[in-house]
Order: sequence, then C-alpha cells, then structure tokens
Amino acid sequence: MDTSAKILTMLLAILLFVAVVGVMLFIASRTERKGARFVAYVFLFPSILMLSVGLLYPAVKTIYMSFFDAAGQAFIGLGNYHTIFTSPDEITVLRNTVLWVVVTPFVATAIGLVYAILVEGAKAEALAKAMIFLPMAISMVAASIIWKFVYEFRPDQPGVNQIGLMNQVMVWLGGSPQQWLLNNPWNTFFLIVVMIWIQAGFAMTILSASIKAIPDDIIEAARLDGVGSLGMFRFVTLPMIRPSVIVVLTTIAIGTLKVFDVVRTMTGGNFGTNVVANEFYSQSFRASNEGLGSALAVLLFILVVPIVVYNIRQLRSTESR
Amino acid sequence: MSSIRSRRILAAVSGGLGFALVLTACSSSTPTKSTASGSADCAAYKIYGDLSGKSVSVYTGIVTPEDKPYMDSYKPFETCTGAKIKYVGDKAFETQILVRAKAGNPPDIAIVPQPGLLQQLVATGAAKEAPAAVATNVDKFWGADWKAYGSAGGKFYAAPSGASVKSMVWYSPKEFKDKGYKVPTTLAELKTLSDTMATGGKKPWCAGIASGEATGWPVTDWMEDMMLRLSGPDAYDQWVTHKIAFNSAGPTAALDAVGGYLKNDKYVNGGLGNVKSIASTTFQDGGLPILDGTCSLHRQASFYASNFPKGTKVAADGDVFAFYLPGVEATDRPVLGGGEFNLAFADRPEVKAFQTYLSTDTWANNKAKISSDVTGGGWITANKGLDVANLVNPIDKLSASILQDPKTVFRFDGSDMMPAAVGSDAFWKQSTAWITGQSTKDTVDKIEAAWPKP
Repeated sequence: MDTSAKILTMLLAILLFVAVVGVMLFIASRTERKGARFVAYVFLFPSILMLSVGLLYPAVKTIYMSFFDAAGQAFIGLGNYHTIFTSPDEITVLRNTVLWVVVTPFVATAIGLVYAILVEGAKAEALAKAMIFLPMAISMVAASIIWKFVYEFRPDQPGVNQIGLMNQVMVWLGGSPQQWLLNNPWNTFFLIVVMIWIQAGFAMTILSASIKAIPDDIIEAARLDGVGSLGMFRFVTLPMIRPSVIVVLTTIAIGTLKVFDVVRTMTGGNFGTNVVANEFYSQSFRASNEGLGSALAVLLFILVVPIVVYNIRQLRSTESR
Repeated sequence: MSSIRSRRILAAVSGGLGFALVLTACSSSTPTKSTASGSADCAAYKIYGDLSGKSVSVYTGIVTPEDKPYMDSYKPFETCTGAKIKYVGDKAFETQILVRAKAGNPPDIAIVPQPGLLQQLVATGAAKEAPAAVATNVDKFWGADWKAYGSAGGKFYAAPSGASVKSMVWYSPKEFKDKGYKVPTTLAELKTLSDTMATGGKKPWCAGIASGEATGWPVTDWMEDMMLRLSGPDAYDQWVTHKIAFNSAGPTAALDAVGGYLKNDKYVNGGLGNVKSIASTTFQDGGLPILDGTCSLHRQASFYASNFPKGTKVAADGDVFAFYLPGVEATDRPVLGGGEFNLAFADRPEVKAFQTYLSTDTWANNKAKISSDVTGGGWITANKGLDVANLVNPIDKLSASILQDPKTVFRFDGSDMMPAAVGSDAFWKQSTAWITGQSTKDTVDKIEAAWPKP
C-alpha cells in the first residue's frame, strides 16, 4: 500500500469510529427517558460484544479443549492435568513458575520500597526515579537481549576476551567465567533478576506516591514521640502504605505468572528454565498437543484468579477511604 | 467561546497533520523498478507471460546470510515478467508455517525443508497440488525418490529446491599438511585421528547447536549419520517411519556413539569452552575456531561454507575444507542429505508461474551463479540440469559429485521426515537437554513418548 492509500484508510477508519459513536449517542439521546441504566448498557454494548468474542469465547473453548487429547479428538477427561502433575518435565515447569511468583513480587517490591524511601526528598529525586523507571519503558524482549549479553559466556582461554559484564567482573575478581544461563537451577534466578529489574520501577512509582500521601502531622507526631528512622519505617510508613504495597505485590505477581518473553528470548525454555506460559505455547504450537497446552492455560488461569480477586478487593478498600 | 472553539479546531488539524506526518515517515517508499544489470535475456521468461503488478509472497526459514542469494535469484523473473516477489525469512518458520496454514493465512509459496512437515501441511488442506509444468520438470531433472519426498497421498505437491550434503567434516588443510594428518577413510580412523589430536591437551572437535527455536538440530544430524553407519540404511528407514521405536537398541547405540564425540571432555569444545558450551554456541559460530587453530574438526553440512568470513579460502589447499564423514568400512558410502521443497498454497496464475520458474534449470543455474558471487558458494541442488561449472566453490563441487556418485547410498535427513512434534520439537529439545547432562536413555525415552499416536 502506498502513502496516499494509507492516509485514505486512516481517514475512513476515523470516520467509521465517529459514525459508530454518533449512532450510539443518537440511540442514547432517544432513550434517555428510559433511565440512566439503559444508557449505560448502550455504551457498554460494543465493549461487551468484543470481550465476549475475543475473551469469553476463547476461554470457554480452551477449557473445553483441555479435556481432550493432543489432536483434539478423543475425550480423555483429566488426563492432561494428570500429565502436568506427574511428568518430570512438567513438574520442572511448575517448580520454576512457583519460584518466579514467589521471588519476583517480594524482591521487586522490596527494592522499590527501599528506593522510594531513600530517594524521598533527596536533591536529584526526579532523576533518580527516572533511572529506575527506565526499564519499564523498553519491551521485555529488549530487556532480555540486554541481559543476555550481560550473562554472555566466553571460554577462559588465552586470546579470548569476555564480552559479558558478569563474566568480566568474575575474571577481574580472579574467578573463572561461568555459564550463568546453563546451570540448573540458578539460571532461573538469573532470569528472575531481569524481571525484577523491569518491575522495580513500577513498584517504586506507586509506593513513592503512597508515601508522599502520608499526612505530615502523623510524621511530625511520631518524630516528637522520639522515633528513629527504622522505627518510623516500621510503625508509621509501612502500616499507612499497606494497601498500596498489596496492590503492587499482586499486580507484579499477575504479571510474573504471565512471563513468556524473558524465558523464550534468553533460553528458549531449555536448560530447565521453562515456565507455564512458555510451555503452553510450546505444547500448543510446536508439539501440536492442543489438549496439554489448553490444560496448562487453564491451570494458569486458575492460579491467577485468586490474586486478581484479592487485588480488586484491595483496590476497592483503598478507593473507599 | 469562539477562542476555545478555534483552539479545538487548531488542535484537531495539527493532530491530524501530525498523524499524516508519522504515516509518511513510517510507510515504505514504492520501490522503483530496477533495470537488470548486464544482459537481461528475457526470452526464457516469455512463457510466464506478463505479470505486471502481481505479487507473490515467499515464506521460509532461510535467514541471513543465505537469504540474499535467494532474493537476488528472483530478480530476473521479477524484471522480465513484472511480478514482485516478497521474501520473508523467519527462524521460527517450522512452527509458524503450520500455525499460518491452520489459521487460513498461509503464504503463497513456502520453502519447506522437511518432508514430514510437508505431509502435515498437505493434511491441513491448505496446500495446492503442483501444476503439470512443475511435475514435468521434476520428472526431467530429478529422480523418483526426490519426487516422492515432495508428494503426499499419491499426489505431487512440491518441487525440490536446494539440496545439501550433511555427512561432511570441516577441517584445516594447512594443519593437516603441517602435522602430517591423513583424511580418515573409516570411522575407526576418525577416532584414532581425534585421539592423536587430543594428545597435548588440545580439543580437536568444536560444535554449536544454538539456533533460536530450532536449538538442538545439529545433534539430530550427528545421530542420523551414526544411525546410518552403525545400523545401516534399512534400519534407518524403519527408525524414521517409526517401525522400530526411537528408544530401541539401534538408535540408542547411535546416540551413544555421538556422545563418544560430543560429550567427550577430551574432544570438545575446541576454542569455545566445555561440553555445555555446545548448547550456548550458535551453529553458525560452531566451526569458526578452525580458522583460529583452536579447533581441528567440525561436523556440519555443505551449506556451512557461507558462514566463514568473506575472504576465507574454502578449498583443498586453502584455509578450510571438508572431507566426507566415513562409514564403518572404507567402501561404505552412506550419505545423509537434506533439501527444501517449494510448496504452494495458492493457485493464482502468477504463483503457478513462479513455482514453475523455481523448478527449472534456469533458476538452478541463476541461483548457483549468484551464490558463488555473493556468499562464495554454499548452495547446491540435486537438479540434474545444474551446470557444475557454475559451482565456483570446491565444497559445492565436492558435494555435487557426492550426490551424483552412483555408489552413494543417499538418505534424507531423518528429523525432517519425522512428524513435526518429534522432528521439529521433541528431538531438538531433548537433544539440547542431552548435551547439558541428560542421559541417553532418558533422552530417547522422552522422544519416543512424544511421537504422536496415529
């Protein structure tokens, strides 16, 4: 398509959008007598339609397919779920996913919190915050490629230079270069570091805003009572920002359960680093085992639901204050 | 009120202009029709008619640097018929092509490197039978066995494209001459040679198997070569068609034989590290240490020639060359090879015309000439119409002569014949796990378990 055709298409798309909104407004104005509820449904209708087609229908179909075999023909009941919990490769996948979900949110939140408190009221506060937030601005694949180079291995031979940062530091400290991404099970932790690096900025932003929202008179009152900085943190700051901490923890946990790009780009799921999201892609599209892939997707869904419910509850209680 | 209104209008207009500016910057400019340099003899292309304004999309797993010769070889066709060929190379081709075919979004032509995958693509119902002109060409330029690889269910779908000879070991002729080594003619001699080279602490073999989603495929080539030599061609055929189990005695022994080389601390990984570094080194980098002298032997297919830096002399008296991976006896000539097939998913006239062009000797010779210029060779075909004089690279000449030798017992790469769930997934993945420590027994058991139930 050449440029003029593209501009024409863009204008047509905008006109189409304007037309749809116009029709909806028209219907809404005509039916205003029927009450605000009806108008609300009119506005919600397109979104609900697209969600049903794009989200509800695939979800139901996936759950349905998870009870069938690889080709999607024979009904095998809970056979796929049995495979997930007994096959050694799948158990490794589950173990790694648990590691990811337990380590990432807590460490990322901790780093974000400490950073927010340290940077609070400092001179170059805006710059410091921008620095830690920067990794969120790049895609996960870009971050993975950056860290892949950091972990890069070259043999310890004369005439061969290290090109990975970590191995160069190891060599400077007198050690020998390591295959960071190959050695089980530590390679999972090195992958987790990448995710923490990405998410810490998000944690810091939310917590920093929350810390700033603590009323000054409470802080003054605490100071007058003679509390030290550690005591201030334990007895004043932390309890007051508790809802935000929970929101950050749960949001990062949900994001971590979905992690796919980092694992796929850095190790392809090999060397015992596979996680559920990468595995269901691999089973569904590479091994053409749609039953197992769907079962893994359903498992992921079941794992995410309680966290989402808790997250929404916390958001509501924060807003109602 | 009017100032707010005029500000809003200004905002809308400037927003729209900005949008248009972004679109202009991002859109690719219409390519100008480049006139073919040199003699554009379009007589051979008259038969395809005038295809101006039509375009054909080609999807393949061949990426840089091997992709440029392909794109260049299409230019004569583009110039003479006016059609436009869109070439897309993707390392995840084997996975994505199945997804695309099932989703109803296939390319016009796919260059499929695996007969097993070809069978699955035909089974999706999206593939179109080859036109009669292509079938005639294949009967003329190839044999019945090559035609069979491109057929499914008794119907002929895809003409062969390039070919490769995989049973080759790359080495440095200078080193062999300096140290007085002789090219081995049996497997036992190869082992003795490796042991001789390893005395003194040097690691004679180097290898790399990383390749994105396809990580692990070079191990499958090793195993197939060993299976062919240690169990024989008939057992090989049974293994590939699942008449014997993947974890039966023959294949297990073959994988253990590979382990004697690839998992042997004394042999690998020359210039690159220890055994595990095989898994983190890309296949493209796997043989390069031969040029530094830190490695002596690298088992890889004939197409590896294009991975050496420009200026490397690939010849029997040059910087690097390859010898035929020997069999058990000196008289055995089992050869493992591969090839690609052009499978069409559309039957528009321009797609049929392009398919026909690709099955002619004209294209084969164009491609060979261009490959010689651009990548110093590294491409051959089993097309009998190929003029061997166009092969400038001694490796190509060697490979072509091996392919045409009547004593050769040729077998197609096994993992390419197996169903995709094995040949493009489990076999690769388990091979990678095997390199990083998994036992042979666990590896073959897991691959056997992944074989799809009929």
